Amino acid sequence: MTVWRFVKRHALTVYALLVVGYLMLPIAVVILFSFNDPAGRFNYVWQGFTLDNWADWDGVLGLREALVTSIQVGLFATLVATVLGVLMAMAIVRHGFRGRASTNVLVFLPMSTPEIVLGASLLTLFLNMTSVFSLGFWTIFIAHVMFIISFIVVTVKARLIGFDRHLEEAAMDLGANEWTTFRKITLPLLAPAILAAALLGFALSIDDFVITYFAAGGEQTFPVFVWGIARVSVPPQVNVVASAIFLVAIGLALANVLWQYGSAKRERGIA
Amino acid sequence: MGSFFHRHPGLAPYLLLAPGLAWLALFFLVPLAFLGYQSLQSGIFPNFAFTWEFSNFTEAVSDYRTQLGRSFLYAGISTVIALLLAYPLVYWIAVRAGPWRNLFLLFIVAPFFVTYLIRTLAWLNILADEGPVVGLLRSVHVLGETEGLLFTTLAVVAGITYNFFPFMALPLYVSLEQIDGRLLEAAKDLYASPTQAFLRVTLPLSAPGIVAGTLLTFIPAAGDFINAELLGTPKQQMIGNVIQAKFLESLDYPTAASLSFILMAAILVALLVYAKLVGTEKLTG
Repeated sequence: MTVWRFVKRHALTVYALLVVGYLMLPIAVVILFSFNDPAGRFNYVWQGFTLDNWADWDGVLGLREALVTSIQVGLFATLVATVLGVLMAMAIVRHGFRGRASTNVLVFLPMSTPEIVLGASLLTLFLNMTSVFSLGFWTIFIAHVMFIISFIVVTVKARLIGFDRHLEEAAMDLGANEWTTFRKITLPLLAPAILAAALLGFALSIDDFVITYFAAGGEQTFPVFVWGIARVSVPPQVNVVASAIFLVAIGLALANVLWQYGSAKRERGIA
Repeated sequence: MGSFFHRHPGLAPYLLLAPGLAWLALFFLVPLAFLGYQSLQSGIFPNFAFTWEFSNFTEAVSDYRTQLGRSFLYAGISTVIALLLAYPLVYWIAVRAGPWRNLFLLFIVAPFFVTYLIRTLAWLNILADEGPVVGLLRSVHVLGETEGLLFTTLAVVAGITYNFFPFMALPLYVSLEQIDGRLLEAAKDLYASPTQAFLRVTLPLSAPGIVAGTLLTFIPAAGDFINAELLGTPKQQMIGNVIQAKFLESLDYPTAASLSFILMAAILVALLVYAKLVGTEKLTG
C-alpha cells in the first residue's frame, strides 16, 4: 500500500521518468549491441560481450569511405550555409527593405516541406539538367546547404533580435569604421550563436538520409550506407560508429550545459 | 566597402541577402517548378514528353488513396500519442526539474544524436520475437505464442512516434516555460483547485506550443517512409514509400512527381482544417 501511495503522490514524476526511459531505451540498445558478439549474420539477439567490434570498427567494406564522405559533406555544407545564413539573418533583423516578409516565408518554407518532396524535387532538377549536374558528392553538398540555411537563419536571428547595439554605436563613435566594428564587436558577440547554429547544421547534415538518398546517385554517406546494408544485415560495426557519433555529440552538448550552468553561477556571483 | 554602403544605404540588405536567396531560389523553388513540369509529363523512362497530362494526378489519387489515407492516419495517431507522452514530461521539466532542466532537455534531444536509421533499427532489437517486450507480452498472454510485434502497424506507428517526439516536446517546453508563475498563484488565491488552475491557466497558455509541436510532428510523419520500410510490411506502406519506389526503383517520374504534389496539397488541406479548428490566431502565434 505504501508503494501505491508513493506512486500516487509522485505520479507526474514517475510518468516523466518513464517517458525519459522510453526515450533512452533505443539509444541504450544501439550502444549495447555495439558490444554484441553475434553468432550469425543478424545482430538482433544478444549473444555475448566483446570489444572486437570497436577494435575492428572499419572491418566492414565501404563503412570508412561512407563516414569520411559524411564528414566532408557536413563540414563543407555547414561552412557555406553558415556564411550565407548569417548574412541573411543580419539583413532580415537589421534592415527594413521591400520583400522582407516574403524573404521570411522563403526561409520558412524548406523547413515545413516534407523531406521526401525536397529530395524528389532536387532529383528532378538534377535529372533534367544532366549537362550541369552529375549525381554525387556535389549534388549532396548542394542539397545539404539548401536545407541547412533555414535553420542557421532562424538560430542566428533569435540571437540578433536580443542584440545590444550600443556597443557597436560606441565603437563607431570611437572612430571604428563599419568593417572594423563588425570584425571586433559584432562577430565576437555573435560567435556563440553562430557556433551553435553551425553545430546544429553539421548535426542535421550528418544525420540526413532522405534528401541525401535522392541526391546521392551512387555516392554513399554513412546513413545511405546503413540503408543499403539494412536490407541484408546490419553488422555491429554500424552500431559502433553510431555510438561514437552519439558520444561525441552528447559530450559536446553536456559541456555546453555545464558551461552555461557555470557562467550563470558566475554572473550571480558578480551581482 | 564602408563608404560604398554609405553612398547606397538601401543596397546593403540586398547584398547581404543575395547569395542565400539565390541558393534557396535555385535549389528549392526552381526544383519545385521542375517537379511540377515533370508531374504533367507522359511516357516511359527515359522518353518523357510534356503533354499537360493532368490525368497523372487523378490516376495517382485513385491508385494510391489507401497509402495516402494510411500516411495521414499513422501521422495523426503518432502525433496524438507524442503529445500525450510529451506534455506531462515537459510540464514536469518546466515546473519541477529546477536546476536539472537543461539536463532533462538534453534527454529529449538525445535521440537526435543517434542517426535516424539506426535509432529506427534499434526498434528491431527491442520488438524482436526473441526480445524482452514480446517475451513479457507472451508470458502474460497479451500475445499468443506465435504472435509478434515486428512488421505490424503497431511497430510502424511506434517508430514514427519515437522518431518525431522531440519535434513535439521542444516547442511544448518553450511555451510552458514562459508561463508566468504568478498567474498560477493568482488562480490559487482565487480558490481554484490544481485541476482548475491547470485547465483554465496552464493549458490555454501552452496552446501555441501544442499547435507548433503538432505541426512539426505531423508534417514530417506524413511524408515518412523509413519506419514503414524498416518496421513494417507492404501492408503498412505509406505514400512516402510509393514516391520513393517510383522515383528510384521503377523510374516512373511523372507519377512520383504528381504524388509529391498530392502529398503537399493534402498536408496543406490538413493544416487548413486544423487552423479552422484551433483558430488562425493561434497558428500564426
